[in-house]
Amino acid sequence: MNAVFLDPRPLQDALRPAGVQAAHIGSLWNLTLGLCAVVFVLVLGACLVALWRAPRAGAGTEPDLSSLSRPERRTWRVIGWSTGLAAAGLLALLAADVWTSRALARLPLRDAVNIELVGHMWWWEARYRDADPSREFSTANELHIPVGRPVVVTLRSNDVIHSLWIPNLQGKKDLIPGRTATLRLRADRAGSYRGQCAEFCGLEHAMMALLVEAEPNDRYEAWAERQRQPAAEPVDAVARRGREVFLGKSCVMCHTISGTTANARFGPDLTHLAGRRTIASGMFPNNRGHLAGWIADPQSLKPGVNMPANNLPPDELQALLAYLETLK
Amino acid sequence: MTLRPYMPAVCLIVLLALYGCEREQRPVKAPPAASGLGDPSYAAAGKVPVSNRYEENAFAVSQGKTWFRAYNCNGCHAAGGGDIGPPLMDAKWRYGSDPGAIYATIAFGRPNGMPAFGQHVPEDQIWQLVAYVRSMSGQLSGSVSPNRSDTLQAAKPENRREKEKPVHEATPAAEH
Amino acid sequence: MTVPAPDQDRAQGTWLDRNGPGLPPGAAHTLEQTWSDPPGIIGWFSAINHKTISKRFMVTTFIFFLLGGLLAIAMRLQLAQPNGRLLSPDLYNQVFTMHGSTMMFLFAVPVMQAVATYLVPLMVGARSVAFPRMNAYAYWIFTFGGIMLYGAFFLDIGPDAGWFAYVPLSGPQYSPGKRVDFWAQMITFTELSALMEAIVLITTILKMRAPGMTLNRMPLFVWTMLVTSFMILFAMPAVMLASTALITDRLVGTHFYNPGEGGDALLWQHLFWFFGHPEVYLIFIPPLGFMSSIIATFSRRPVVGYPAMVLALIGTAFLAFGLWVHHMFATNLPELGKTFFTAASLMIAIPTAVQIFCWIATLWTGRLNLKTPLLFVLAFFVILLAGGLTGLMLASVSLDYQLHDTFFVVAHLHYVLLGGAVFPLFGAFYYWFPKFTGRMLSERLGRWNFWLFFIGFNVAFFPMHVLGLQGMTRRIYTYPEEMGWGNLNLLATVGALTIAVSVLLFIINVLHSRRHGELASSNPWGGGTLEWSVASPPPMGNFPLVPMVHGRYPLWQAPAEPLHVTGLSNEHREVLITSVADARLDHRMWLPSSSPWPFLSAVATTILFIGSIFTPWAVVWAAVPVAIATTVWFWPKRDVVRQRVRTELKP
Repeated sequence: MNAVFLDPRPLQDALRPAGVQAAHIGSLWNLTLGLCAVVFVLVLGACLVALWRAPRAGAGTEPDLSSLSRPERRTWRVIGWSTGLAAAGLLALLAADVWTSRALARLPLRDAVNIELVGHMWWWEARYRDADPSREFSTANELHIPVGRPVVVTLRSNDVIHSLWIPNLQGKKDLIPGRTATLRLRADRAGSYRGQCAEFCGLEHAMMALLVEAEPNDRYEAWAERQRQPAAEPVDAVARRGREVFLGKSCVMCHTISGTTANARFGPDLTHLAGRRTIASGMFPNNRGHLAGWIADPQSLKPGVNMPANNLPPDELQALLAYLETLK
Repeated sequence: MTLRPYMPAVCLIVLLALYGCEREQRPVKAPPAASGLGDPSYAAAGKVPVSNRYEENAFAVSQGKTWFRAYNCNGCHAAGGGDIGPPLMDAKWRYGSDPGAIYATIAFGRPNGMPAFGQHVPEDQIWQLVAYVRSMSGQLSGSVSPNRSDTLQAAKPENRREKEKPVHEATPAAEH
Repeated sequence: MTVPAPDQDRAQGTWLDRNGPGLPPGAAHTLEQTWSDPPGIIGWFSAINHKTISKRFMVTTFIFFLLGGLLAIAMRLQLAQPNGRLLSPDLYNQVFTMHGSTMMFLFAVPVMQAVATYLVPLMVGARSVAFPRMNAYAYWIFTFGGIMLYGAFFLDIGPDAGWFAYVPLSGPQYSPGKRVDFWAQMITFTELSALMEAIVLITTILKMRAPGMTLNRMPLFVWTMLVTSFMILFAMPAVMLASTALITDRLVGTHFYNPGEGGDALLWQHLFWFFGHPEVYLIFIPPLGFMSSIIATFSRRPVVGYPAMVLALIGTAFLAFGLWVHHMFATNLPELGKTFFTAASLMIAIPTAVQIFCWIATLWTGRLNLKTPLLFVLAFFVILLAGGLTGLMLASVSLDYQLHDTFFVVAHLHYVLLGGAVFPLFGAFYYWFPKFTGRMLSERLGRWNFWLFFIGFNVAFFPMHVLGLQGMTRRIYTYPEEMGWGNLNLLATVGALTIAVSVLLFIINVLHSRRHGELASSNPWGGGTLEWSVASPPPMGNFPLVPMVHGRYPLWQAPAEPLHVTGLSNEHREVLITSVADARLDHRMWLPSSSPWPFLSAVATTILFIGSIFTPWAVVWAAVPVAIATTVWFWPKRDVVRQRVRTELKP
């Protein structure tokens, strides 16, 4: 794989919040880290001082049994006060956690974008919901969201438990079959953010990434409008031949391209494949070379994935690639 | 304290490691197909008994079940009980119950409505489907057949089904 | 077995010389014969002496520790670089599942029980554990379960769904074949063994203490084993229920975890973690006992605040059952409910803090003998402290949303498990090795062992905190280069290899010292509890004369009359049963002779368990040999009963 295949390089870092939810959690992290560091230094310090100042002894040294007859009140007082301090610190942490939970739950939801995310082994299916059903559209593995507007992600799973985690924007939430969960987030800075499945889900759990592009609202709306369109009719003869390959070989059994007869839901929706930056659920750059390798033998790139190898003659493969490149 | 009494256990484990277990392997690269059908015709399918290596592999049979759902075989065959297509979990077989015949059915289609999937479904996936279809009537061992799925249940899990004795019946006349 | 030589104590002063006159050689020899197991190969399978079984148990669990460590090295080598190709995804999934399952089920809890079954009778002044045959059966069942799991792994049928095997991934649809079934059945084996050992320990501790050893005078290690054993009784059934429901879902098509038919995927998590959280305290609490024993001896003073320490243990045990949902914070459970578990998870830090403060106070006011056991114990104050503090971070629901299922958790769990359990365990090995074998471990090799382990551990696991915060999730077999995780992963691998070298040094130390180590007296460290009053290694009957106990540190405190209890038979395996709270003399009891039937019953049970992986009929048919074997096991011997009746006192 190339060293820096995506430019700008997406972030996947909980310590660089780019949204209000991650920022709340980041503040709690700073407070907790500070408090815990102080406790660590104090307790370890006490231990080290004890080690340093205590006289040395051997196995034959007479043991000191004075504590069995005379109560060690001063020692007990110190321990008591230390325990009290510890309890107070813990209460403070509890209060901070409750405060942060409330802040997370109070994200204003006016004008929210609603996305329904369904986890599959090992890719993300996304359906953008709308009050007007004709304005809904499907995509996979890459989400665009507007900066400054809240996003409500409804989480369901098609098979096993997955977990959506976009560390720069929010904490994670599990996608559990038979249950529906909700994650609320908002990007406050434009950029590319990478997420990853955070619950072990089988052979290719390591390769189930998600790219989130946060962009200004007008750019987002333009993108959404493009997504609502069916696939453009290919102008080029080679691309048209590519579409025939698509419909005549295995592709049509699993993938959807709106505007054609390909309407299967087992694999990701490819209607606007060419507009994505990555393929294979955020793992490889979306360029001709990688796409060719992926189509020819996905098992060598992502062993265990459900997509089979496709032994296409070179001219058919090239035509198919040309067609896929028209799916902007 | 001596380690000598543990030696038999150690030797056993080493031997087992060398032998390996076919049933549990996760074959992600398609192996060479089971004595492949070079000649694409029904006649050829009947001539030489073909064995399906995937019949011994639990993962492959479970993959077959995944394709069965993904490619909407349920649309005509329901979950084996049959609908506009014939049932697959009973003892009656129109075109043969051996793996080669089932492969030919799926790959080349049959009269009376079974489409040919050979162009659309890769060969090793068809073999996995063949193994799964045979498990639907209990032909495969309990350790290899799929267990219950995480859905509403249509029938007993495949590994709990009685092994049906295949009966070959004549092809019915075309229905129109 | 020969009669042990008279003690050659290094120090002068009567406080170390507690055995008094001892038994005349003839009687000592008879006592030795009475409690010995038969010789030969049949005798090897018939052994039920608690020290023999315990040594086998310790060796077996340590072998599993080494196997688990090798699996960890394999993982670290795979993750050292981005796009690693050493292990395929399938093999990697099996490796991390086996690593977790080995360490948690086959090492961490059993080793504590193994050490306890050796030391507890010696610490409480008993000649044996209660139910010695069941003790042997528990060992065999555990061993067969572990062998079954590793046999499956070498056959490529190793489980691959993680050590806590969430459904639906581990369920019938998404884990085809028998892999997860072997894992689930391994749970049955090990939990049966743990439950039996818990019963043995509770009974020994409550009913077989030497007269005068009231609960208030019991060594803190014995308290930790009592508390741990009660926790086992309540925690293990939850996981046995969970794994049995998983087995039936997979084998016969029940729907416990099938959302499509009214089951719930989250049910597994609740049942598993209701066991799983107490499980980590089962691993953590016995080493607290090691800490107390070692700190007392090496500070030359009793541990500060005995009542507080005992209450802290009991408080920890109760609270441990109220934390389990903190493993499930990322699910869609109600927020307010989750916050309750945050409060509980924070609260459990208080009893642990009390214990830490008491130990530091002991060190502060003591005089320190800085030997290897104390070094390992001191590592606790760095490593467990750090791990506990990261635990507070994870306890918070909001923080856990970022940290859950990342390498931050991997770092945390290794800090608490190694810092809280493995380091004190190594300290315990160094401390009690002379008692087990009669020889001292090399102090020089011990220091090398310790420092390599300590440094290697921190180099391996500290970077993982950073990796988790930088987005690296758990259980991934590789990662892309552009994530920037490569350098820290490489550092972690170097640390892991250092740990491997340090463990190798430990093995060399043990193997060398067994033959050439300095001979140990009965009390080489100058300890105060009863196990140091007998020879190293102890005679087969433990105590030639059962002591009367007058204080918490009998070997340190001035002797008081009466010194011993006399009248216990040397010709029969007779033990003294005392009352629960105050250890007042109650009656005498005869323990059974050595027998191969616990071993044979374990074999029969193994056949039943393994058979039931493949067919439910195994439960029916394989129950027959189990019934036969256990019946022969319990069948009373006519002449023994006659002798017993003859020795009874009639009113």
